[in-house]
Amino acid sequence: MMTEISLNVLDVAQNSIEAGASHIIIDIKADHKEDYLKIVISDDGYGMTDSQLAKVDDPFYTTRTTRAIGLGVPFFKYGAEMTGGTFTIVSEAGKGTEVTAAFVLSHIDRMPLGDITSTMLSLITCNENIHFIYSYSVDGRCFTLDTKEFREILGDISFQEPEVSNFIKEYLQDHKDEVDQGEYI
Amino acid sequence: MKTLEELKAIREKMQGQIGLRSEDSEKTRVVVGMATCGIASGARPVLTALSDAVQSKNLSNIAVTQTGCIGLCQYEPIVEVMEPGKDKITYVKMTPEKALEVVEQHLIRGQVVSKYTISSEGRL
Repeated sequence: MMTEISLNVLDVAQNSIEAGASHIIIDIKADHKEDYLKIVISDDGYGMTDSQLAKVDDPFYTTRTTRAIGLGVPFFKYGAEMTGGTFTIVSEAGKGTEVTAAFVLSHIDRMPLGDITSTMLSLITCNENIHFIYSYSVDGRCFTLDTKEFREILGDISFQEPEVSNFIKEYLQDHKDEVDQGEYI
Repeated sequence: MKTLEELKAIREKMQGQIGLRSEDSEKTRVVVGMATCGIASGARPVLTALSDAVQSKNLSNIAVTQTGCIGLCQYEPIVEVMEPGKDKITYVKMTPEKALEVVEQHLIRGQVVSKYTISSEGRL
């Protein structure tokens, strides 16, 4: 079981990476007035056929050969639905996949968002060849990070260089704090 | 508040040092399993601890990366160390604390921490 929504984000984004995506968009939006926390992860990977899509929330369906069980999507889906929220996957073979999980923000059973900075940092620094666009917004205050901007500035310098990854970590954390004003979402 | 201007300054500073970095083929790879099984058992803090330690100790010949399910879910979090020209070492049931021991003993001093390797589980 995942204890934070940010771990589900990391997990589901790994599926995009496995699907050969070169662009991944991660969008996190919380709104207190409308009482929702919505997570959208979309990619331009292989996508899924209709028959794969029909089985995607079945824990005993997986495309992997290393084991027979796939719990990533079911965890995320039940996490969202447990709060009275919704979960949808739209996918087209050859085009890409979009996963949307909407949580009821104030529901007692909603997992905390958790350490989204660590999730984004490890996705960005471990997958330098993938273009990530990450946005985080709370009640209309918004922050967007586009790794293309980093790449243009850095040229061939790796994101894993200590100074660079440290910068990315602080950049993520500073902007997160500004957007949620230190609130533990 | 960090700005992109600071990233430009980092680049300016680093460009002079490019020749000093080692080639990828000479690098030791440290790979953390980051599928559902790994993440649910605590792989993210392990990965963070490894990346932070490798950076703070300036181990520039080591690359920390992630991979999918290795197929040994019951032993997660799993960390594999692949040194050029040597057999792969698989560490199992890792925690951030154990990972730091692996950095100190194995990555820096070259001594495999055998109490955490998969063979120490005695069933394989």
